[in-house]
Amino acid sequence: MATATVPAVERENYLNKEYGIGSWLLTTDHKRIALLYLLSITFFFFIGGFFALLIRLELLTPAGDLLQADTYNKMFTQHGQVMVFFFLIPSIPAVLGNFLVPLMIGAKDLAFPRINLLSWYLYIIAGLMMLHCMLTGGVDTGWTFYTPFSTAFSNTKVIEAGLAIFVAGFSSILTGLNFVVTIHRMRAPGMTWSRLPLFIWAHYATSIIQILGTPVIAITLVLVVAERALHLGIFDPRLGGDPLLFQHLFWFYSHPAVYIMILPSMGVVTEIIACFSRKRIFGYTFVALSSIAIAVFGFLVWAHHMFVAGISVYAALIFSLLSYAVAVPSAVKVFNWTATLYKGSIHYDAPMLYAFGFLGLFTIGGLTGLFLASLGIDMHVHDTYFVIAHFHYIMVGGALMGYLGGMHFWWPKISGKLYPEGLARLAALTVFIGFNLTFFPQFILGYLGMPRRYYQYPPEFQVLNVLSTAGATVLAVGYLLPMIYFLWSMRYGKPAPNNPWNAAGLEWTTQSPPTTFNFEQEPVVTWEAYNYDELDKGHKEVHVVG
Amino acid sequence: MSDSTTAVQPHEGLHNPALLHHFSTEEQQKDSASFGMWIFLGTEVMFFGGLFCAYLIYRGWYFPDFAAASKSINAALGATNTAVLICSSLTVVLAIFAIQTGRRGLALVMLALTMVFGLGFLGIKGIEYHDKFVEHHVPGASFSFEHEPVPGHPDQYANPRHAEIFFALYFIMTGLHALHMIVGLGIFTWLFVKTWRGMFTPRYYTPIEIGGLYWHFVDIVWIYLFPLLYLIDRHP
Amino acid sequence: MFDNFPLWPKQASSAAGNVDALFIFLVIVSGLMTLLVFGAVFYFAARYRHRKGELAEQVEGSTPLEVLWTVIPLGVFMVIFAWGAVVYFQSRTPPRDSTEVYVVAKQWMWKLEHAEGQREINELHVPVGRDVKLIMTSQDVIHSFFVPEFRMKQDVLPGRYTVAWFRATKPGTYHLFCTQYCGTQHSGMIGDVIVMEPAQYEAWMSGTNNGPLSVAGEKIFAELGCATCHRNDVQARGPSLLGVFGKPVQLEDGRIVTADENYIRESILDPGAKVVKGFKPVMPTFQGLVSEEQLNALVAYVKSLGGPGQPATKTAMSAPDSAAGKGNQVQ
Repeated sequence: MATATVPAVERENYLNKEYGIGSWLLTTDHKRIALLYLLSITFFFFIGGFFALLIRLELLTPAGDLLQADTYNKMFTQHGQVMVFFFLIPSIPAVLGNFLVPLMIGAKDLAFPRINLLSWYLYIIAGLMMLHCMLTGGVDTGWTFYTPFSTAFSNTKVIEAGLAIFVAGFSSILTGLNFVVTIHRMRAPGMTWSRLPLFIWAHYATSIIQILGTPVIAITLVLVVAERALHLGIFDPRLGGDPLLFQHLFWFYSHPAVYIMILPSMGVVTEIIACFSRKRIFGYTFVALSSIAIAVFGFLVWAHHMFVAGISVYAALIFSLLSYAVAVPSAVKVFNWTATLYKGSIHYDAPMLYAFGFLGLFTIGGLTGLFLASLGIDMHVHDTYFVIAHFHYIMVGGALMGYLGGMHFWWPKISGKLYPEGLARLAALTVFIGFNLTFFPQFILGYLGMPRRYYQYPPEFQVLNVLSTAGATVLAVGYLLPMIYFLWSMRYGKPAPNNPWNAAGLEWTTQSPPTTFNFEQEPVVTWEAYNYDELDKGHKEVHVVG
Repeated sequence: MSDSTTAVQPHEGLHNPALLHHFSTEEQQKDSASFGMWIFLGTEVMFFGGLFCAYLIYRGWYFPDFAAASKSINAALGATNTAVLICSSLTVVLAIFAIQTGRRGLALVMLALTMVFGLGFLGIKGIEYHDKFVEHHVPGASFSFEHEPVPGHPDQYANPRHAEIFFALYFIMTGLHALHMIVGLGIFTWLFVKTWRGMFTPRYYTPIEIGGLYWHFVDIVWIYLFPLLYLIDRHP
Repeated sequence: MFDNFPLWPKQASSAAGNVDALFIFLVIVSGLMTLLVFGAVFYFAARYRHRKGELAEQVEGSTPLEVLWTVIPLGVFMVIFAWGAVVYFQSRTPPRDSTEVYVVAKQWMWKLEHAEGQREINELHVPVGRDVKLIMTSQDVIHSFFVPEFRMKQDVLPGRYTVAWFRATKPGTYHLFCTQYCGTQHSGMIGDVIVMEPAQYEAWMSGTNNGPLSVAGEKIFAELGCATCHRNDVQARGPSLLGVFGKPVQLEDGRIVTADENYIRESILDPGAKVVKGFKPVMPTFQGLVSEEQLNALVAYVKSLGGPGQPATKTAMSAPDSAAGKGNQVQ
């Protein structure tokens, strides 16, 4: 621990090194770019959340009495598009990844800092396009853009939405490219692949998916836009085209995209569980390889979204089989996280509560994936609320809880301040309760037969819908709380020490917040990852050349 | 994969000004730039790959109609363009060789020639597009492909709707390729200016190398496009 | 107990029980897995709670354990896969002698036409205990035909036929939902499947005076001049359609395809796509000249000319209210 009595937040650090809007908008410091992303994705989270609120309010009653049908259709479309492309996909990589990847591997910055800034600007441009689209009429095709509805029948701003997502895609590709090169080339001396934190392995796997998958949706959107603008027939059967071709191209990216959304969260949870159990993660190699396996297998299962779409029985059989294969590495991770707790020394700080929440909700979400991968059951529950419940368990119960856990865990490092622990634990509990109340009834609704994207429904579905909406209000409170106290802590929070959790990892050896170039001198790594036994025995671990 | 065990280079007062601050060594910077460009080209493969996938599927389903449509585009011009691009890739390699051996003047000539070839390619493409416009083969309201015989089956006419799909894909694929060419020309203009100003030396010429990689990729895409689009079922 | 607060829909088809059994199996497996994981997490979290002065014990890993918890889930998953595959295969294989109903979906309604001739909008009357095969297409965008109580769902696409089947086992009225988002009134594109006792169904059927669909098709066949080329003699410019349905057909380019509903439809709308061996590609296209309903009638007519497993019923179907015509299953 530094002997200086002045906390780092008052010494020179990356936040106070330069002031002025220009120093932020033209920064190439990965940490400042992470904060720029933090602001932007939080903004879009609230927009997407607002749409969700309107959806749940409408669904309080069986009749379509709050919104007009067309407006409702735009609400669920834009909720999906904003949440997927402008919140979930960037979230952890662009905020926590950008901030931590160089720190964790002992580098001064990412390999391409200017391209990192370009990524953010592309995101902003895409976001502005999307906002403009929504404010001048919106889009009602569903986030899935199925043809020929999106190309030849919808009367909404499909082209603009498609182009916005196209631009956002390139933001994502460049982030992935930056991470892969950084992780390969910029590791500090002694930081071998097997000494890397599993957060890095998770981001590496995520980046591979971003690089290989995103271009496919980019070209798919180009084709949709061209077809709509020029009245082509690539996806329109009246002109010789095939609507299923669109679905194959779309899902070829959009299935791996869900792994872009969950893998980083798994990386965060791994770091938190190790720290708050004071133990090396159980089965390091297996967890690392599982991340890679998920990325690879994730590319082989896309048509499980199309079991009743008109594909052949034989294609369906193959994709169902492969979908079960991709479930195995995720199960392996859950078991390894659980086993890490064994003989640990477990602390219940807020980050760990979020990690526990993740474990529970991701397990349920993942198990319901087994239902959907089963051809016999998917026939019944496809395109019903069962699917909606499943993916919200994974994306909100999983990815978002991981994101919040990570924000709490690394907040002292990012801001130099401590958040209020009591309130944070309350927020974690509120999110967990509100979440289950919102989405568990939807499994039942789905099996009962309530279709997706319905704004009016038979009266027998009302009770479960009311329960779900009630849960959503609790959930909303749970999300607002961290917003408020994180902001509060920036002004009034206690200054944070360099390593408030006594955690392993190079990022904790820097000051809180770090200086612009992270390390005084390039670290030389001679220890394994998660050396909690050494840390708990009080050994100093940073070695410096010279 | 540099598992770097080299010690940190302390800041020499005389290090190459092109070395960016977050890199420890020039080698690390060069390797990173190169690796980054290869990955970017990988994304471009996936980008064009989606188009090629759609194209191959429709070609399999509508082969006779695609053959008829392919016959109507000018294979001689396409072949000329292929030769032009291959020559331009040669000049890129020669430009790099020139810089490696310290010959700035030769490098400038080669870079300029590359751009001339690139412009030539675009010019020929322009002629082809014009021809298609005049023949009403551009998809859209004025598209027409009536009574075109299927190659080898003089009594069978191609289905105009299927032919229109061929042309839609033709324009999108070659159009996207041309867009990449234009970006390439922009990159090479920048490279030309920087070479003129003496930025590149035998010790540091990474931007030309990775610009060259991009150019070669654009060339390779064309080498696939040409036979797929122009040479369906052609007979001497 | 579950009547007032149901957790699953009524079981009203022969498939429903199979789907529910698989579902319950999965609920049990998931429940066990959840108990296992939650149980372990709660137990470890409490038992190994941080106590002052105590250090964690660094248990790094165990390859045998990793293998165990990789192989066992994989095995369980394979069982689930196989069971699901069997259920699915059964659902996607209509029995040979099913009653046929042609469905045309459009924004935002369901148009149904029984092969016997009855036309319905947003309602489907069927007798209990009879296999019913739905031959479906869309006039515009993709829709999806979903009857939760039958555990049956199939997307309905423009430009082709998709097929689904069910056997209703309980009289009653059941929801029909469109479950593929299709625009403004997607949630209004709902209807009812009304399952009746056989006697009631007969009574309902005799209430209409449309002739069988195949007879309507025969009329269209004549009106459009199809018979000029599709004759049964050697000079015919088009292949004979007698007994063709369901048979393998050899094409000019060497491929062999089965003459199913989609083949007939394609041959009418895009005749150059699959030219029969020995014939010239002279058939004009009828794209834009026939509606979906007319196409359905033509397909029904070609079916009535017989084929493998399709005894010709042409003569039996010619008088719509003859005793032989009523109550006959269309083959």
